[in-house]
Amino acid sequence: MTTLEIVTKLLYLLSAVFFIFGLSNLSSPKTARRGNMYAMLGMFIAVVVTLFDTHIITYTWIIVGLIVGGAIGGIAAKTVQMTQMPQMVAIFNGFGGGASTLVALAEYHHLLSRTTLAIGNQDAITISLSIIIGTITFFGSVIAFAKLQGILRGAPIVMPFHQGINAILFIIVLILAVLAVINPATPLFFYGILILMAVLGVTTVIPIGGADMPVVISLLNSYSGLAASATGFVLMNEVLIISGALVGASGLILSNIMCKAMNRSLANVLFGAVGTDGGSGAGPSGDRSVTEYTAEDAVILLENASKVIIVPGYGLAVAQAQHVLHEMSQMLLDRGVDVKYAIHPVAGRMPGHMNVLLAEANVSYDLLKDLDEVNDEFQTADVALVVGANDVVNPAARTQQDSPIYGMPILNVDEADHVMIIKRSLNPGFAGVDNQLFYEDKTMMLFGDAKEMLNQIISVLKES
Amino acid sequence: MTGTLIVALYIFVLAIFTGFEVITKVPPLLHTPLMSGANAISGITVVGAVLSAGMQAHLLTTILGTMAVVFATINVIGGFLVTDRMLEMFKKDKD
Repeated sequence: MTTLEIVTKLLYLLSAVFFIFGLSNLSSPKTARRGNMYAMLGMFIAVVVTLFDTHIITYTWIIVGLIVGGAIGGIAAKTVQMTQMPQMVAIFNGFGGGASTLVALAEYHHLLSRTTLAIGNQDAITISLSIIIGTITFFGSVIAFAKLQGILRGAPIVMPFHQGINAILFIIVLILAVLAVINPATPLFFYGILILMAVLGVTTVIPIGGADMPVVISLLNSYSGLAASATGFVLMNEVLIISGALVGASGLILSNIMCKAMNRSLANVLFGAVGTDGGSGAGPSGDRSVTEYTAEDAVILLENASKVIIVPGYGLAVAQAQHVLHEMSQMLLDRGVDVKYAIHPVAGRMPGHMNVLLAEANVSYDLLKDLDEVNDEFQTADVALVVGANDVVNPAARTQQDSPIYGMPILNVDEADHVMIIKRSLNPGFAGVDNQLFYEDKTMMLFGDAKEMLNQIISVLKES
Repeated sequence: MTGTLIVALYIFVLAIFTGFEVITKVPPLLHTPLMSGANAISGITVVGAVLSAGMQAHLLTTILGTMAVVFATINVIGGFLVTDRMLEMFKKDKD
């Protein structure tokens, strides 16, 4: 090893340490921003060190790539709306995976262009692996993006013998990989893997319903990390292996949390083709009556409450009502009411999404409580105010064994003295399940658009 | 299998465990920034991409490498900036 190589390796180690340090600083909102800066610094060091590599002959294309990529990424990051964060992260995952495939292919052609040395087994295996993971990440992410952006419909799109065809395609990929290792000088096998994995990227994500996208994004996040690791094995570069492994672990943990929050197995999410576009299920059955209340009724309850727990769902974001909700909760806080927000893990469209949407509306983060933190507090709450949420508060998840959402952890709003639900209609949620809570005596239904209803509540509060 | 590959596997497995230890401590409050930040870190492939784009080994290597630099840089710059933008919004009253 030359001195330069030793210095390079040591600085790569420093970058990896900064990544780990950065991620560990994400354990608290107080240090999180600093953590992200550490990770940026780690990346900066890694890139600058690489630019000194003696194998680099020309900088033209590097600079072009950095400027073009930096401009696209920078503009996207500055202009994206917080509600669009899931598709943004999805497409970024895809670019990471795509880069891994491209680097693996570039390295393959580099090895192929040498006349003296044959391509070894190890190279052929790691390049195939990198192409496999990178390509499924790219194409899977493009489909996830299209579903979340509304370009493709969110409902599962299933072909006849869908999973069987996927299994056969994957077996062919494995056969091609073996052939690639036996005949590493034949590009056809590597490109065959690429094409089939592109098809598999599409066909594995397309049958997954819109409501399950949080799991898919988390899993693709994990893949994008594993793809970087695989590329690290191709180039025998330790910083790629370490960083990729960290991200791989992160994505796996988040996928697992999301699955638990829906009481589903990963296999059921990936292969079950569950769900609809959302909100389009059957109407309520039977002729149970629901009493409709007004904003004035709501204010009487809210004003006299000493503890109010707000349960926001994605309907809140659809109605763009986060800011008015914050305004209302601030008015209650000013009057001495104890106000908290109870955030279910699947309240948004990706892990932690609802917290970001509320933080954007200036809600103080110490009021945002996750399911485990807050669930026992409903017993002592005077009012549970549900805005744009449905399945995550449906008691059927606890009691009705035949319900599709049975076993899913829910927020126990029915334990509060009063339940107030702002909702457009009685339509069931994603899971298409009727909600008994709407018909309870302690429940006050406030029908209407979340934003309009909250504005009405605010104006009544101002008068009183 | 060569010795370096074995060492690389050791590094990979240990890093996975480090990742599990560190990430489980991140509260659900910050799961979205965690994901976008981790995502930016996975753009570390840019290191490999830069080498491919610059070494002029073969025309295809340069083309693929340059595309890879673009992809990975979108991932890195976009990921870090959007994470910073989100984390800036997390404020506590009377801080």
